[in-house]
Amino acid sequence: MASTETQPKSEGDLTPRREDTVASGAPAAPARGGPGGDLAGLEAGLDALDTRATTRTPLPRMLRQKALPPLIAVVLVLALWQAAFALHLKPDYQLPSPLMVWDALAEEWYKGTILGVVWQSVSRGALGFVVALVIGTPLGLLVARVRPVRAAIGPILSGLQSLPSVAWVPAAIIWFGLTDATIYAVVLLGAVPSIANGLVAGVDRIDPLHLRAGKVIGATGLRGVRHVLLPAALPGYVAGLKQGWAFSWRSLMAAELIATSPELGVGLGRLLDTGRSYQDMPLVLGAILLILLVGIGIELLVFAPVERRVLRHRGLLR
Amino acid sequence: MTATVTTAKTGAAARIAHVSKAFGAQQVLDDISIDVADGEFVTLLGASGCGKSTLLNLVAGLDAPTAGTIEVPGGRPALMFQEHALFPWLTAGRNIELALRMRGMAKADRPAEAERLLELVRLKGAHRKRVHELSGGMRQRVALARALAQDSRLLLMDEPFAALDAITRDVLHEELTRVWAQTGVAVLFVTHNVREAVRLAQRVVLLSSRPGRIAREWEVGIPQPRRIEDADVAGLSVEITEQLRGEIRRHGQH
Ligand SMILES: Nc1ncnc2c1ncn2[C@@H]1O[C@H](COP(=O)(O)OP(=O)(O)O)[C@@H](O)[C@H]1O
Ligand SMILES: [Mg+2]
Repeated sequence: MASTETQPKSEGDLTPRREDTVASGAPAAPARGGPGGDLAGLEAGLDALDTRATTRTPLPRMLRQKALPPLIAVVLVLALWQAAFALHLKPDYQLPSPLMVWDALAEEWYKGTILGVVWQSVSRGALGFVVALVIGTPLGLLVARVRPVRAAIGPILSGLQSLPSVAWVPAAIIWFGLTDATIYAVVLLGAVPSIANGLVAGVDRIDPLHLRAGKVIGATGLRGVRHVLLPAALPGYVAGLKQGWAFSWRSLMAAELIATSPELGVGLGRLLDTGRSYQDMPLVLGAILLILLVGIGIELLVFAPVERRVLRHRGLLR
Repeated sequence: MTATVTTAKTGAAARIAHVSKAFGAQQVLDDISIDVADGEFVTLLGASGCGKSTLLNLVAGLDAPTAGTIEVPGGRPALMFQEHALFPWLTAGRNIELALRMRGMAKADRPAEAERLLELVRLKGAHRKRVHELSGGMRQRVALARALAQDSRLLLMDEPFAALDAITRDVLHEELTRVWAQTGVAVLFVTHNVREAVRLAQRVVLLSSRPGRIAREWEVGIPQPRRIEDADVAGLSVEITEQLRGEIRRHGQH
């Protein structure tokens, strides 16, 4: 684009009819102050009229809209629980009060073990999730983009998603014994299909126009995957990751609960099992609460912000 | 005209020679030959479904012709669609920078070049804007800037203004004419709007339908700057419209 003027080259026989009109048809330099002189102003006006301002909801209002309703729900559940306890619907050892559960957790806290227990499970869940991510992503890409692969393992992959991963625990114990390998095998079998399927769904939902636009600008092959395919599939992929985490966490708890052995250390699942063996209902409920809190916490702190960011950047969030 | 092997120095931005395209049994394009000279502005006019987009896809290399040859000496042509086709996960400026990157431009040079292209389409300062924050007209201008970022000698445009309101379209006609004059890029512009074709082009090629064949060509001798409501533009448009109607009527008769 070195020249700033149209330079029709002489071509003789190729387009003979064109030659005589090019001179008159060639555009004049944009007229400043002429009939088109106010074009910039007109355009600025159009742009201003047709641009919607994106306003963010102020924080206090967002807190009121988003945080208050679940808080009220939790308080309501606690109140009902306390009422059921007060009415002695069940004996205390079967239905402890919220405060008794709190005390059980506090006792674990003062023993100084609880953080270690939570960390044991969270670190396992996180590592399992990362490995599942590393396996599930290329697998999902292959299934999404390579037709024979899709025909072969696509249905199996989505079928695996409906198989509760706890069903793998006995098989994994027979293969790997009571080791960490068993736990990770179960976590992977739970999470990998979700992540791969999420990516497949994300790729399937890509606007074909974006793929064509990518080809036009030269984003083909691996560059196309990196700069067009993956970012375009990101909303579905993130949804798959979120589900993959939920499946990791669930599978992990199932594995820890069933595969108990001193070498495996104490995770939340093991804590749950300890509570059961001592008929310690406050501890069991406390452990369930912790498992729930970790699951929700990671979803809220990690996945929800990522998902919101992805959607907001694309204008898909209101 | 025979399709001989040519080098890039011949002054043609595109040579479409005896191109036919069929989808299964349906013959969409039949023996189309069009040359677009360097820096030339050609519009391809035809009723909906006559194969205009199909032809542009062939020239863009997104699909292969059933018969005939297409040469684009200047390398991969740029293509603008009716929908902006900007990537919603990138800002306006990043969309342009991605095209620059794919073209092989060094990272350090990209922001300045993207800014220059945004200024060219009068969108200075829109670099950090998200695609969904832009109006329809602004999106098409960013799409134009992204197409220009490819630095191709040929720009293909597939009804890029068809979805815009009349005033915005008018403005974009002026912008496109100005950008064409400033860059000297050859344009093959597809439309079903006769006035738009006459308003913009140096040459109008009319396609018939089913199968798409070249029905007639007109040289447009009206000097730029033109406006869509100019008497000269209207006069030629009436003539072309008559011919187009004739083409369409033929299909109702058998
Ligand atoms: N990929 C395709 N497969 C089958 N038929 C197609 C395909 N693309 C276009 N066609 C057909 O080719 C004809 C021309 O389409 P198109 O080039 O989009 O027309 P235009 O852009 O002129 O409106 C239409 O009848 C359409 O149904
Ligand atoms: Mg079309």
